[in-house]
Amino acid sequence: MTPTLEFFLFSALKVVAAASVLMAMVAYTVLAERRISAFVQDRIGPNRVGPAGLFQPLADAIKAFLKEDFVPGHVRKFFFWLAPVLVMLPGLLSLAVIPFGSRLGSQPMVIADLNVGILYTFGIVSLGVYGIVLAGYGSNSKYPFLGGVRSSAQMISYEVAMALSTIPVFMIVGDLNLSRVIGHQAGGWSHWMVFQAPLSFILFIAAAFAETNRLPFDLPEAENELVAGHNTEYSSIKFALFFMGEYSSMIAMSAMTVTLFFGGWTLPVFGLDQPAATWAAGIAHIAVFLSKVALMVCLMIYVRWMWPRFRYDQLMDLGWRRFVPLGLANILATALVLWARG
Amino acid sequence: MVEQQIWQYAPVLILLLVALGLIGGMLAASAALGPRGRRPPIKDSAYECGMLPVQPGGGRFAVKFHRVAMLFILFDIAVVFLYPWAVVYREMLAGQAPAVLGGVLVFVGVLLVGYLHAVRKGAFDWRG
Repeated sequence: MTPTLEFFLFSALKVVAAASVLMAMVAYTVLAERRISAFVQDRIGPNRVGPAGLFQPLADAIKAFLKEDFVPGHVRKFFFWLAPVLVMLPGLLSLAVIPFGSRLGSQPMVIADLNVGILYTFGIVSLGVYGIVLAGYGSNSKYPFLGGVRSSAQMISYEVAMALSTIPVFMIVGDLNLSRVIGHQAGGWSHWMVFQAPLSFILFIAAAFAETNRLPFDLPEAENELVAGHNTEYSSIKFALFFMGEYSSMIAMSAMTVTLFFGGWTLPVFGLDQPAATWAAGIAHIAVFLSKVALMVCLMIYVRWMWPRFRYDQLMDLGWRRFVPLGLANILATALVLWARG
Repeated sequence: MVEQQIWQYAPVLILLLVALGLIGGMLAASAALGPRGRRPPIKDSAYECGMLPVQPGGGRFAVKFHRVAMLFILFDIAVVFLYPWAVVYREMLAGQAPAVLGGVLVFVGVLLVGYLHAVRKGAFDWRG
């Protein structure tokens, strides 16, 4: 086998594996959300389909496919069809640069080890706003339109905060490549960026909640003001795609958080800090990464059912008047500390 | 051939194709599998909680949203300029500390003046 053929074959394998794992995680995150919300609200939640409700995602999927795929007469057809695609794409595409393990055999466990790393991710994540805005515009209806406009303003505002928040991490690491960021965090709990740049972490996680439209920042679909926001006019799998898109970007954001602040696939015990030499260690690294992501996702679900929603002016105020100056101050403080240490 | 930098982006292209195939397949399957219902006129109207729609969708909306879009472009470009600086900061601290530290102080200072101007002009006052 020539190196070129091998490269394409293994890339395709990794893409298919990563996409399948993501789709499975999306399905079970929805179930986890329903079970955890039921637990929080002292209900039982879906537990009928299969053991402990484990086949519920399958039933939901079949139901979504078998519903009438209705396109109302008043919509702008092209954008109405395009929007669910654009909502779903960013979650899948942002997987590309995230290292989900060290290596298996001779293959590095990352789809594309780009040297621009984080800039690619921010570029892809910001595409997410198009899906929601076009859903609002394409629906040609009042509430979806308001939801779309609100959402665009919210997402671009918090994008500034998110970009500002991560800069100290890259000042400390000195590289934008995410594999290097993980390599820098190997070698001890205190090397994790969450301890080296705590303010960055707080700003980043808050902005991540806002970017994925999760509570306390779920203004775009504030159901008691806007019916359901941007997805009001949708039905069948197109409606389901909005939710799959939300959950896949939630998982992608959790993966980003783990990579930037919680050491990615490393764990400073049992010698799991170094790139794997054996297959067993390689598989253990993937398991460590997925467990960390699952914990982050559970945190996002828990916060959703524990916190009330911000008012829109409070949301914009927090983004522009608190996060932007805090982010700038954080960068200057990090610069001065690094300079003082020499 | 695969050592060239541009080839690193080939897997991203594969991922894009797989993602588009997946989503396209789901949309097509749903369109093919779902039943075709009747189409009374009320079903074609915009959904407003069962009320008849009172005005066409997507009418007028507050100009504040436009202001946020402009501020975003200004600040996001400024933030992107900070990334290359962040990458070389520690390397340059060793030999050219005044240049790399002074440079960013001036840059953030200019940004801060612009930001304070926007605050004083009330650009972030959502309720006004």
